[in-house]
Amino acid sequence: MTGDAGLAEQRIFDLDEGELERRLSETWETPRGIWGALTTVDHKIIGRRYIITAFVFLILGGLLALAMRLQLAQPEARFIGPDRYNQIFTMHGSTMMFLFAVPVMEAMGVYLVPLMVGTRNIAFPRLNAFSYWIFLAGGLLLWIAFALDTAPDVGWFAYVPLSGPQFGAGKRADIWAQMITFTELSALAVAVEIVVTVFKQRAPGMSLDRIPLFVWAMLVTSFLIIMAMPAIMFASSSLILDRLVGTHFFNPAEGGDVLLWQHLFWFFGHPEVYIIFLPAVGMVSSIVSTFARRPLFGYLPLVMALISTAVLAFGLWVHHMFVVGLPQVGESFFTASSMTIAIPAGVQIFCWLATLWDGRPQFKTPFLFVIGFIVTFVIGGLTGVMVASVPFDTQVHDTYFVVAHFHYVLIGGAVFPLLGAIYYWFPKMTGHMMSETLGRFAFALIFIGFNMTFFPMHILGLEGMPRRIYTYQPEMPWAGMNLFVSASALVLASGFFIFFVDVLRSARSGAPAGANPWGASTLEWATSSPPACFNFARIPVVAARDPLWSEPDELTVATGLRTDRRELIVSSLVEAQAEARESSPRNSIWPLLSAIATTIMLIWSIFSPWAVVWGSIPIAIALIGWFWPKQVPEDES
Amino acid sequence: MKERVTLDVSKLPLHGMGTASPTWWGTLAFMLIEGSGFGLAIAVYFYLMSLAKTWPIDAPAPGLWPGTCLTVLLLASIVPNLVLSRRARQQDLRRVRIGLIVMSILGVLPLIFRAFEFTVLAVRWDDNAYGSIVWVMLGLHTTHIVTDLIDTLVLTCLMFSRHADNPRRYGDVHDNALYWNFVVAAWIPLYLCIYWVPRL
Repeated sequence: MTGDAGLAEQRIFDLDEGELERRLSETWETPRGIWGALTTVDHKIIGRRYIITAFVFLILGGLLALAMRLQLAQPEARFIGPDRYNQIFTMHGSTMMFLFAVPVMEAMGVYLVPLMVGTRNIAFPRLNAFSYWIFLAGGLLLWIAFALDTAPDVGWFAYVPLSGPQFGAGKRADIWAQMITFTELSALAVAVEIVVTVFKQRAPGMSLDRIPLFVWAMLVTSFLIIMAMPAIMFASSSLILDRLVGTHFFNPAEGGDVLLWQHLFWFFGHPEVYIIFLPAVGMVSSIVSTFARRPLFGYLPLVMALISTAVLAFGLWVHHMFVVGLPQVGESFFTASSMTIAIPAGVQIFCWLATLWDGRPQFKTPFLFVIGFIVTFVIGGLTGVMVASVPFDTQVHDTYFVVAHFHYVLIGGAVFPLLGAIYYWFPKMTGHMMSETLGRFAFALIFIGFNMTFFPMHILGLEGMPRRIYTYQPEMPWAGMNLFVSASALVLASGFFIFFVDVLRSARSGAPAGANPWGASTLEWATSSPPACFNFARIPVVAARDPLWSEPDELTVATGLRTDRRELIVSSLVEAQAEARESSPRNSIWPLLSAIATTIMLIWSIFSPWAVVWGSIPIAIALIGWFWPKQVPEDES
Repeated sequence: MKERVTLDVSKLPLHGMGTASPTWWGTLAFMLIEGSGFGLAIAVYFYLMSLAKTWPIDAPAPGLWPGTCLTVLLLASIVPNLVLSRRARQQDLRRVRIGLIVMSILGVLPLIFRAFEFTVLAVRWDDNAYGSIVWVMLGLHTTHIVTDLIDTLVLTCLMFSRHADNPRRYGDVHDNALYWNFVVAAWIPLYLCIYWVPRL
């Protein structure tokens, strides 16, 4: 494409940098003001919004955790009653899993993947806008219900029959089930966007073996979401049907089965751990490579480890059900498969260690969080192997040992890398550096506070303290350690407080970042910080796995996209050869209107099955408005 | 950082068709999601069957004729659908319009048979778990027929409007045809489960 035929077009488009950026800005800019905020389809704005919203839910979920620790600090405390406590631990788990952990990882993907693969917007940007609005609606539904004292109280897993029509009076369980539908709709939409962005919108030359590890991680995660999340949607929809129209999926008296719920829930629930963990693996890989100042050791094994983890993730769900009385051969199989997942996890850890071994590590804040991750995740992984064993699991099931284990895995495995990732990519997102001093202080408090909070829970579990209890008797030998855990939770919370203070302070007045403050190698650092609305004035052409290191002074680029349309390059699946130009949709109010219509239908359907019929009509109208062409330039041939 | 131009994309086609189109991949991804949903429904069907003393529970096997007629109709609809898909690739507007009208009719007809299918199930959704799962299976598939029908009707209107003669719209027709094939393919295992498994 660089022959004579292209030269005429080059002359047309070979504008000087300032003029090119001015024209692109006119085409790609989101209007200012409320209208712009409601209609934007810019992945960076939506991604940032998504991340901030998820962190707000983290704060809310964290405050609930502190409330629980206050209640459990002393035996027979009267701070929270049992009913409210049930709501609080349900809200804490549901918020952290469905409104923070999964969405924040996807949100990081929404922001970063298009930049890392060198394109101008995510695939299906209107769907992206819709996914955010619908996620927000689901979160608001849950938290408004909590404020109105009608929050779900059946745990984040909502086991039947407690959540079924026989025992779960009122609308609490319905609200939980419908919140699931909101968040899964959102998650599935983002997963599709990321898959298609990675498959079809990679910069020319970014063949499969040149994709950044974080992008690989998001791609694999998206497939996990696509395959796993229908299970929880099927389960929650069946639960609503049981409660609303009298179906009998989970009613043993009429041929249903309560264990069916657990199978469906954990068929989703265990892959969900990896939906949260795998993006973190990608973040760690990015940070390790940058701060070790060398390409990752074992790129191919790391990719294989991501894929094999995802495959194995579907063969583990029964280890959550070891105590329900399944056939022994099944238990043996799931014990073996659960332990097998330690292999790809080990491969990843050793690849990172080998990278560091051969590198020149710089101990900046993002890297400190990676070290915290390695330590805590290894502990969580070891206890994971322990609970994968049926006899041990039978002993500690539903005790605080399990609470300790999964917090080590989820906070150690995902939140530490996420915080490191925020420190790492914050300069790109805002144009400002976060404070190194506050960052180290926050890391120290979070790391120490985390271990002081959750390590003793292993011991409490081994001493027999059950989960999900709102109080305990003074005769039990748990009081001293519970008080210690509760006090430690304050240390952990203070670390998060400093982190948020640093974020707010740095966003306003942090030191200017420049395009590539860490000297990193991937494409997002090839553009300004924060990136312009069009991401790249000229789309990069990739010739190496670490493009900014292979040619540090020069970026090879493509030309020929029109500046008066939102055009981007579509590339082939394997070699990423440019094969077409595609128009990216303009801003639109229809995704928001569709989300509102969907919200009305979903909430209404908690009360009446007819909502599905009548509520579908405004959704259909909104979708037609969404897709109907407006004779804007990108719709002209 | 300096930039060096090594590729000119100005001569590339607008809106790739088939695998060159992001929409094609998006459609495929949604089919994967929905296929997972159908797969789960079938898994639940067999799971509940494995627990039941008799299957169907307290009901005769459903009547065969409406479901079988619908199956034949759906399978027959693949032929004009493939023709439509080919015409869309050739960007033949007149034949695409005809094909869309045909496919709109072929979207409505199955719904008539589907209405009869619900009447021959001989069990209500709230009678027992067997009734629940077969109603959900039929409901799930009916939703897909209705969704595709609406999509086809809107696309038909669009192709009679001034927006029609555009590579992007032909791509939409092509992807819509792909989705109909999925709706038909997804029905076959459901049909076998609902109508033939109880007769084994």
